[in-house]
Amino acid sequence: MIALLLRDLRLAFRAGGGFGLGLAFFLIVTVLVPFSVGPQSDLLATIAPGVLWLGALLACLLSLDRLLALDWEDGSLDLLATAPLPLEATVSVKALAHWITTGLPLVLAAPVLGVLLNLPGPGFSWLLVSLLLGTPALSVIGTFGAALTVGLKRGGLLLSLLVLPLYVPTLIFGAEVARRGAVGMETSTPLLLLAGITAGAVALLPFASAAVLRVNLR
Amino acid sequence: MPMSRTDKANTFWSYANPKKFLATTERMLPVLWVLAFACLAIGLVWGFFFTPDDYRQGSTVKIIYLHVPSALMAINTWLMMLVTSLIWLIRRHHVSALAARAAAPVGIAFTLIALVTGAIWGQPMWGTWWAWDPRLTSFLILFLFYLGYVALWEAIDDPDTAADLTSVLCLVGSVFALLSRYAVNFWNQGLHQGASLSLDKETNVADVFYQPLLVAIAGFVLLFVALVFYRTGTEIRARRIKALLARERAQEGMGR
Amino acid sequence: MMPDLGKYADTVISAYIVSLLLLAAIVALSVWRGRRVRAEMERIEARVSKHG
Repeated sequence: MIALLLRDLRLAFRAGGGFGLGLAFFLIVTVLVPFSVGPQSDLLATIAPGVLWLGALLACLLSLDRLLALDWEDGSLDLLATAPLPLEATVSVKALAHWITTGLPLVLAAPVLGVLLNLPGPGFSWLLVSLLLGTPALSVIGTFGAALTVGLKRGGLLLSLLVLPLYVPTLIFGAEVARRGAVGMETSTPLLLLAGITAGAVALLPFASAAVLRVNLR
Repeated sequence: MPMSRTDKANTFWSYANPKKFLATTERMLPVLWVLAFACLAIGLVWGFFFTPDDYRQGSTVKIIYLHVPSALMAINTWLMMLVTSLIWLIRRHHVSALAARAAAPVGIAFTLIALVTGAIWGQPMWGTWWAWDPRLTSFLILFLFYLGYVALWEAIDDPDTAADLTSVLCLVGSVFALLSRYAVNFWNQGLHQGASLSLDKETNVADVFYQPLLVAIAGFVLLFVALVFYRTGTEIRARRIKALLARERAQEGMGR
Repeated sequence: MMPDLGKYADTVISAYIVSLLLLAAIVALSVWRGRRVRAEMERIEARVSKHG
């Protein structure tokens, strides 16, 4: 399991693995937002938590189609499916590797980009906490979407179409935490709900992903 | 599964046989079409011409005869797809998976009607075409789920793989649709404290409105059943075409 | 015959027109595809049985 995780991480960090692509996308989205809505700092401060959450979500989405596609193409997915490790564990490790290479950098970059958008002072810690709690769910849900579309030649757009509605609850609660935190409101309820969604997704979705992957490998 | 006429327990599952399903629905469909259109016509004409205006909403209350039945059926279509997907995953009856596929575009149509009539109704009542009211938002999300489901069916060539994948998507999607419903409720209350836009019409619907509404709902339900039966038949035939062509190709390959 | 819809006439009538159009569209699409598929199947079945 750890060997698989290390292998995935090594592949992702290698040139062409797509590491950094999500970060660059996140940066560009954040920089473009003031150009499109105008430079008023109070307006930017209001929308900053939502924009940063949406940017992180889209950056995450962007990297999903590489999650399983490379292993599918070179046949290592077939090997993994016949390995003694259950497929449920394999997809969990894949999701974890995706989170470490995509989700975690996004979480760490978000406060820096928050400065660009005049994010109010108390918002930084809440943004960090909400992203830290929410991005694992994004990775796990994304793995399910990637498993659904892995056999398709042009699965990228379909993947987005399938995954975006599934991201709605996570986005709502995550952005709500960040938004409430930024204006100093009580945040424990959405935070608990966000944690609940992440816990449920991490615990249950690997079974669906593995089932779907078995169908695709048939 | 071997079929025996004496086995009563098998009567329901025997409709999983495509031939028997086609034969039965073929006999039922003309009646269903007539009943569906009759109920729709009676309900809508009754509602449109022969009901009084609401003292608060004026004549816009007449939109209820389209809005409520279509919204109801938009959700029930998804539930029906969930049930048939489960049946496919557990008992592997092809008709069940094809029925889910056949129902999805009907669900899209109902969802669109609910959204459009809602927007048209909202314009004079709330002064805006679209408000991020929890119910409206939930239907928009439901619409996205339908789109994804249909797109996945269309994208996959192998029918059994497509049936498996869409069934799992339907299951997972149902859970997330439910989550979204609660999330959206939470989200909008968090934004506007005590939103003044209430869509709860059922609370004050009087009998004059209620009776034609029931007929219209019956019409929508019957239309849904007729459409799904008809479209499932189409899917069964499309599947048979694929099988026949594949067998033909295999025979040609052997002959060469 | 036409009921007095008052100032909301446009609203109500457009809602009815759009909904009926959408219903007609889904029925028409279903029947169109159903007929095509049925004809295709009969054509292929005839060809297959001829070839044995």
